Amino acid sequence: MAEEEASRPFAGLSDVSIPEDIPVEGDISVPMGANKRDDEYSTLDEPVKETILRDLRAVGNKFIHVLYPKRSSALLRDWDLWGPLLLCVTLALLLQGGAADSDDQGGPQFAEVFVVIWFGSIIITLNSKLLGGTISFFQSLCVLGYCILPLTVAMIVCRIVLVGGSGTVSFVVRLLVVTASFGWSTFASTAFLADSQPSNRKALVVYPVFLFYFIISWIILTFSPSH
Amino acid sequence: MASPNDLQFQEFDEAADLLSADPEATTLSVSVTSTREGLPESLCYSSGFWTFEYYESLFNVDTVQVLDRVKGSVLPLPGRNFIKHYLRSNPDLYGPFWICVTLVFSVAISGNLSMFLTQMGNPAFHYRPQFHRVTIAAVIIFMYAWLVPVALWGFLTWRQSADRQVKGYSFLETVCVYGYSLFIYIPTSILWIIPFEWLRWMLILVAMVISGSVLVLTFWPAVRDEAKLIAVATVVAILLLHTLLAVGCKMYFFHSATSIPPPAAAATVSTLTTKQH
Repeated sequence: MAEEEASRPFAGLSDVSIPEDIPVEGDISVPMGANKRDDEYSTLDEPVKETILRDLRAVGNKFIHVLYPKRSSALLRDWDLWGPLLLCVTLALLLQGGAADSDDQGGPQFAEVFVVIWFGSIIITLNSKLLGGTISFFQSLCVLGYCILPLTVAMIVCRIVLVGGSGTVSFVVRLLVVTASFGWSTFASTAFLADSQPSNRKALVVYPVFLFYFIISWIILTFSPSH
Repeated sequence: MASPNDLQFQEFDEAADLLSADPEATTLSVSVTSTREGLPESLCYSSGFWTFEYYESLFNVDTVQVLDRVKGSVLPLPGRNFIKHYLRSNPDLYGPFWICVTLVFSVAISGNLSMFLTQMGNPAFHYRPQFHRVTIAAVIIFMYAWLVPVALWGFLTWRQSADRQVKGYSFLETVCVYGYSLFIYIPTSILWIIPFEWLRWMLILVAMVISGSVLVLTFWPAVRDEAKLIAVATVVAILLLHTLLAVGCKMYFFHSATSIPPPAAAATVSTLTTKQH
């Protein structure tokens, strides 16, 4: 009897009958997939403020990672190009209004700053990929763009200092600030990028990054306001 | 001649390593006399120039190799052909490209600094960053580093006949040697900030001798078998263009604030400055 019971586990249910006039219905849902699908659908219904704040929080989070660079993969994993665009536009706008009386001999135009930053980043990314790096194209652009943050902060400080005057003291202060932020930017970006290169080519990849931030620092340092 | 017992599958470690390192490789024999330029060159041409792998093979250098090549461009010893000794059938584009970029910015920045230093005591002087000079420097240097090797390579390839013993250099090797030969100008341009005219002329002379001799030592064996006149003319043309670049850069970028372009480079420079306006 026990074996018979065991061999037919649902034997006890054989006499359960479902009346035909009661519709049988329900949802069959797989736990993992349903959650994902629910999330995607629900972002359509969320308020716009929520959507924007989510991206802003992601950008702000990455800013914090740049300011305190430690070997974390947060910048690399969820790359986005909002931060670099924001920083690039801010830097290019701050570099305007200098030595404007002669546009030929002055500082870089808005478009020139854009070109230097974006084409510079693209060329450095191509360079590191050609040398056998494992980082992806947009991840590298993301890292290089976000690490401009210290230099943008330095530009803001420089403009504030220049309001006070443009003598030797202000130049020395600006030099120190720009040098410190250049070192910070280079250090931050190599902390993120260096792991993705084979060890015998690390210097070959770091040098263009160094050159890139050096050029941006030079542009910031030589910004001279129009009289 | 092998006995039937030897006719078994044998694993050749070296070939397996080579193939695992680069799956695109063809199993050619690597003997310098038989093949034209050795294995890596044929690796280059195995994939078309529109593929990413082609350019990856042009960046197949380590830090140590790049530093070695840079050192070879700064210390030319007689008898050391740069292409044969340092490149060894592995021309790279990393060195020429980044040396050109560094040179562009070092010339523009040093020129700006030297202008600032010479005008520092002048109360009417207002500092200008002169960013447009970067564009001009970039055009001049990149045109030199690419067009002159094209012309030279075209000339050498046209002149060599099929039964000649010495094969010409490939296009990439020519570009490579020209790119590395420009390296000496980077420290020279930084030292040009020092505002002594005699020092500047001495530095430019030393730089031209060094980098000119790298080029001559490389290209003399290729033209040696030509008629004397053509060989000498080729070498003189190489040196003349090199001198033109150096002196032209010096005169344009390291003049005072009111810069007068030299007559030799006036054609390119004036069209470029008119384009700027």
